[in-house]
Amino acid sequence: MAKIRGAVTVNTERCKGCNLCVVACPCDVLGLMQKEVNDRGYHFAYMANPDKCIGCQSCALVCPDACIEVYRVVEK
Amino acid sequence: MENNDIIKAENRVYKKPALLNDAHMHYCPGCSHGVVHKLVAEVIEELGLTEKAIGVSPVGCSVFAYNYIDIDWLEAAHGRATAMATAAKRLMPDKLVFTYQGDGDFAAIGTAESIHSCNRGESIAIIFINNAIYGMTGGQMAPTTLLGQKTATCPYGRRADLNGYPLSITPLLAQLDGTRYVTRQSVHTPANVRKTKAAIKKAFLNSMEGKGTSVVEVVSTCNTGWKLTPEKANNWMVENMFAKYPLGDLKDVDAKKE
Amino acid sequence: MNDKVTLMKGNEALAMAAIRYGADGYFGYPITPQSEVLEKLEEEMPWETTGMVVLQAESEVAAINMVYAGASCGKAVFTSTSSPGFSLMQEGMSYMCASEVPALVINVMRGGPGLGTIHPSQADYFQACKGGGHGDYHPIVLAPASVQEMADFVALGWDLAFKYRCVSLILADGLVGQMMEKVVLPEQRPRRTEEEIRKQCPWAVMGRKDMRPKNIITSLELDDDKMEANNHRFQATYREIEKNEVRCEHIDTDDCDYLMVAFGSMARIAMKVMEMAAAEGIKVGLIRPITLWPFPSKQIAEVAQHVKGILVPELAAGQMIEDVKLAVECKVPVEHFDRLGGNVPSPEEMFNALKDKLIK
Repeated sequence: MAKIRGAVTVNTERCKGCNLCVVACPCDVLGLMQKEVNDRGYHFAYMANPDKCIGCQSCALVCPDACIEVYRVVEK
Repeated sequence: MENNDIIKAENRVYKKPALLNDAHMHYCPGCSHGVVHKLVAEVIEELGLTEKAIGVSPVGCSVFAYNYIDIDWLEAAHGRATAMATAAKRLMPDKLVFTYQGDGDFAAIGTAESIHSCNRGESIAIIFINNAIYGMTGGQMAPTTLLGQKTATCPYGRRADLNGYPLSITPLLAQLDGTRYVTRQSVHTPANVRKTKAAIKKAFLNSMEGKGTSVVEVVSTCNTGWKLTPEKANNWMVENMFAKYPLGDLKDVDAKKE
Repeated sequence: MNDKVTLMKGNEALAMAAIRYGADGYFGYPITPQSEVLEKLEEEMPWETTGMVVLQAESEVAAINMVYAGASCGKAVFTSTSSPGFSLMQEGMSYMCASEVPALVINVMRGGPGLGTIHPSQADYFQACKGGGHGDYHPIVLAPASVQEMADFVALGWDLAFKYRCVSLILADGLVGQMMEKVVLPEQRPRRTEEEIRKQCPWAVMGRKDMRPKNIITSLELDDDKMEANNHRFQATYREIEKNEVRCEHIDTDDCDYLMVAFGSMARIAMKVMEMAAAEGIKVGLIRPITLWPFPSKQIAEVAQHVKGILVPELAAGQMIEDVKLAVECKVPVEHFDRLGGNVPSPEEMFNALKDKLIK
């Protein structure tokens, strides 16, 4: 049975850590860095649970700063 | 399968539209403007209209929209965006002409221009961001501020007897013969973002086809002005704004025909 | 050759001249005493012939911003109004000057302040010449004194506006707008094609054809140093205009004993006064500023060297006289004569004022 696998990349310098992608993700994939910040001082988003990503694009759609790219493959 | 195996160009299903350039947007974290900017850029790209697009930016938080989306832009005086768009479209009917305006610009100082442009049926698209507050100047009362909502100029909450009622302008515009398509959307969930994008696409196509005025109101958040986190601002919007400003199409002349 | 002489109002001649210039658009709002401009354009239906856009806007505020947009797109666009409407347009004038876009604006002045009267006045001189809106700026101000000049200054105004990327303002008084005279209209020119505009105005907002870098027309610059640099650039343009574009008419100034400085309809009355004075053996000359900004200060100062006094008749309570006084630096007496509130003096009144104030 085919399984959908996804992954995202975050433009960490563009990210403002607004957390809306974290809220939008249906699979609890994303989180904000707890300690690390980018040059502007924002706790940027990252894949906290990469294995759970299904590449649904929800995070990218709601991202106000267009920092997220989404990748998707169908594992055979 | 490892992440590195997935993150390959051939597997990419979503990326930032190229028209939305790399300039750092000045908007606060979580601001709805960013999402709508992205959608505007995506739609122009997808319709292949980069060489024909002319945007008119307002006075308000989105005054610098011209810095972020790589098309030709006019920057209007406060409230006059639809007057500028009127002239640009009439002088160059083959162009995509749209305005991008906030509630103060569109529904307070620019009300006359907004209504008359719609009433004349100018073939322009109007993207109207309604976040019920003046963001750029520091959170003052907007024409669309809800009763009871606190702002810098109604610090104890908007009162009808002191401040008048919140203005729901989009239904007024839907009544005018010149409007082709009037809709109210939001961008707080992935599904709503998709709907707003479809609305912007329809509005832009209407402009290109010379069909009359299209208005896409986007009920939005201003988490800084509302003094909430982006997430809580979304929730506040759903709980409070949607009652006064319900989502959905208010008018679609083409839908009736179909 | 198009040398057909016709009889029409100044406002109508201006409208016809604009069509024949190859104007791209007019946006305006009716107000007396200039409504014939829009009326004539609607009657002529230039959209059927040259493709020119004509639109009655919902207000002067909308109209000037439509002109702002059209000018930002490199188009030859214009509006016309009268004094109260011109007040409403000041914001737009400031924005257009700050954005360096070439536009043509016509103010056919009526008596003010306030709603005032519908009859002729020249009391918007300060507002026109000193920058009626906010910030440091100048439009080029052209003052027609005949129906022929109402027609001719359309092309002059636009040519200067495109040359310097500035706003040209035709400052007529209600008398020049309303009176009927002989006029020879210019020949019809074709409107510029989009390609021609792109070449002439590479800054114009017309869409990123061939994916050229984006064009932005804005008056906003929050970086103070950059905004200061912008201001220096505007001022450099104004100095260039002052150097090159001063225009005035000298009439019998070579050996005159007294000088009058008057523009528009007051210059026409002054010319009659010169005849009356000559009949009494008094030599009176006239300098008629054609550009009110830049002001013909040097020309006035030169003539002032050999006259006993200067009279500045205005349909205003002493506005242009300030520039005349600055020009002559107190070297000769400069006296003022006015009628206000829409009244126009008879030549006798003006002649009497000349005698009372200067000859005594």
